[in-house]
Amino acid sequence: MPVVALENVTKSFGALTVLDGVSLAVEPGQVVAVIGRSGSGKSTMLRCINGLEQIQSGRIEVAGHVLENNKTALRELRQDVGMVFQSYNLFPHLTVEENITLAPRVVKKEPLAEAKATARNVLEQVGLSEKIDAYPEQLSGGQQQRVAIARSLAMHPKVMLFDEVTSALDPELTEEVLRVMEGLAKAGMTMMLVTHEMGFARRVAHVTVFMHKGKVWESGPSERIFSDPQTPELRQFLASGLK
Amino acid sequence: MTHEFDFDAVLASFDRLLQGALLTVELSAAAIVLGLAVGVLGAFAKTSGGVTVRALVSAYVEIIRNTPFLVQLYLIFFGLPALGVKLGANEAALLAMTVNLGAYATEILRAGVEAIPKTQIEAGTALGLSPLQIFRYVILVPALETVYPALTSQFTLIMLASSVVGTISANELSSMASLIDSETFRSFETYLVVTPIYIALAFMFRGVFLLVSRAIFRRRRRLQGVFGFGGAR
Ligand SMILES: Nc1ncnc2c1ncn2[C@@H]1O[C@H](COP(=O)(O)OP(=O)(O)OP(=O)(O)O)[C@@H](O)[C@H]1O
Ligand SMILES: [Mg+2]
Repeated sequence: MPVVALENVTKSFGALTVLDGVSLAVEPGQVVAVIGRSGSGKSTMLRCINGLEQIQSGRIEVAGHVLENNKTALRELRQDVGMVFQSYNLFPHLTVEENITLAPRVVKKEPLAEAKATARNVLEQVGLSEKIDAYPEQLSGGQQQRVAIARSLAMHPKVMLFDEVTSALDPELTEEVLRVMEGLAKAGMTMMLVTHEMGFARRVAHVTVFMHKGKVWESGPSERIFSDPQTPELRQFLASGLK
Repeated sequence: MTHEFDFDAVLASFDRLLQGALLTVELSAAAIVLGLAVGVLGAFAKTSGGVTVRALVSAYVEIIRNTPFLVQLYLIFFGLPALGVKLGANEAALLAMTVNLGAYATEILRAGVEAIPKTQIEAGTALGLSPLQIFRYVILVPALETVYPALTSQFTLIMLASSVVGTISANELSSMASLIDSETFRSFETYLVVTPIYIALAFMFRGVFLLVSRAIFRRRRRLQGVFGFGGAR
């Protein structure tokens, strides 16, 4: 059974249709890269998956929850879905450890000791054990993004959504974040990542989805998508940038 | 013409001034704690509530901000007993001060809450926090930190404004002063003594506000070291 399944999902902002009948499935342990031009609806699709945006029609199922517009059900679902944003969004008034333990304590009501043990684990996973007492503004962008990943991991999500998480970073810092994501992929985490890092998508993602005009224009095994694009739009997109 | 200063009569009543000052401190401290609580609730309601709740909070804030404190005090002191609620002078004074400060604190804190980037709220939402949890754990402290200077000047203002509650015979510092003034006919001397007491009280409150900010805003303390023990944790 897929961890994430979208069936004929439509989403519009007023008159603007942003998702136009999107269907896709992500199997357990699968890494799916989402590529496409600016404005093609990539972020919106991720945001619909954890209910940050409401869809107009279609069906979304995530980790066994059918997405519906019920606040309690949505919060249940979000506990199973980690989301990492381009701008990290760490909480500036909390230390790294407090950032990581907040949701497990408050949402899952984990005892402090347990939450702290988890925090140490996930920090080790992203290679930042020594920063446990730092405040976000004492960290580089790459380190902040790795803490943001750790913060999501601490909820033990069944799927992780990454929205251009390296777009704000310098090349070296991009590398350290990508390494962490690759480690997660190798460890079997189910992941969806919107990215402009085509090399990374090709190497790490099992499946790549090309979005165009709010539709899944083309999708398939990453190797095939990049080496043998079928549609002129994807061919043009790959030729135009590879950025 | 020169004034012949004579402080003896005033200083003879110094203990009564101190009594008054003590009540001023008690009323102000209680009003600050309660008014801040009202402000926090008000700001949450104003930023997260439904249309009706937001309208009610706006009405409260506007009524208080556009009427004199003295009128608010009289409305409470004379109005509530007429509605069958018995209130002593000190209780009425505290209630009026709380209601007054609560409105200003609501407005100040609302601005702080609205200055928090939407991305912070989204991060909290994505982690599964409820709106109330987001307000409590993600928004409140940074919002308080942003508006802390404005908030604490409002706290000082309510302490100074408490000088009118003597009119309903709550015997705080100013009302003690006017009593002594009427007994001794030494008006100038009386208020020359009262002035530094108010200044001392204001500085004392500011010291407390600083200590409280040290406790709440740890990040700034640590990063800027402005309070002298940065890095301790
Ligand atoms: N909250 C919103 N209100 C109105 N329009 C929106 C909103 N969010 C997104 N849009 C519009 O929806 C379209 C798709 O946006 P989306 O952010 O999903 O694109 P994207 O593929 O992620 O692009 P990018 O690569 O630039 O991040 C854009 O035209 C955008 O302007
Ligand atoms: Mg985007």
